[in-house]
Amino acid sequence: MRQTWWKIICVALLTYTIIGGILLPVPARFIINESIRNLYFHVPMWFGMILLFTISFVYAIKYLRSGDIKDDFKSVAFIKVGVLFSILGMLTGMEWANYTWGEAWSNDPKQLATAVCMLMYFAYLILRGGMKDEEKRAKLAAVYNIFSFALMVPLLFILPRMVDSLHPGNGGNPGFNAYDLDSQMRLIFYPAVIGWFLLGLWMATLRVRIYYLQHQYENEA
Amino acid sequence: MKMKLKTSLLFSLLSIIMLLLTHTNSWAQQDVPEMADAMRSNGKIFVVVLVLATIFAGIIIYLIRLDKKITNLEKNNIR
Repeated sequence: MRQTWWKIICVALLTYTIIGGILLPVPARFIINESIRNLYFHVPMWFGMILLFTISFVYAIKYLRSGDIKDDFKSVAFIKVGVLFSILGMLTGMEWANYTWGEAWSNDPKQLATAVCMLMYFAYLILRGGMKDEEKRAKLAAVYNIFSFALMVPLLFILPRMVDSLHPGNGGNPGFNAYDLDSQMRLIFYPAVIGWFLLGLWMATLRVRIYYLQHQYENEA
Repeated sequence: MKMKLKTSLLFSLLSIIMLLLTHTNSWAQQDVPEMADAMRSNGKIFVVVLVLATIFAGIIIYLIRLDKKITNLEKNNIR
């Protein structure tokens, strides 16, 4: 992952997202108006978080199979960036909701489920932080990671869809309906998702490399 | 490093030019949801783009420098 080509792609896609996301035409809708453009910034945070947590989950399984501490480092690095993305997604969502749904927190099922999901991953970091022994910590964290991932899927993909929600794609709502992204918006939305995900990947790989260096340093000392 | 920066700068320039070319039409509408078209024609939306682009550029430069520093550390460690 030390090549530069995908980092250049990431920067190019995000530059396009920022400029095109604000300047290119969007469908005119009541209530959300121009704030529909938040789709290019708020939603990719969640897509990015889910992808990062999935990668972390894969490395957790890999760690349990291999016992290689490097897999544990990768697992935790992806969780950390994923948690950052989730915090940003939550904040941007609340800011957006404040002006379109009338209040920042309306106990929307998706908001609640996401909050629970975030708490699970906060607990992961606290659990890790509370243990000294490297191997024990890695094993426990990996097992916990697998369980939280297994819970995240129904929390984010199933429960919010079973009840009425303010979010599009779940129930009746005043915004845009079930991803009726017109072709104009797709042109920015998909590059945005890929771009933000690559940025998260970049940040996570930097963290992994720092963990390796720390590990090396501690073993030498 | 310089090459990387140059390529990314080239990319951003290209996208800016493309967007300026594609976005020359402004709609005149009535009885439709109010959008920021007037603001855009006054040129103010470009200020927002500029601010966002600046912040983004700052973050990217920070990440590139951090990446470089870590690469240096890795090289020293291998010996």
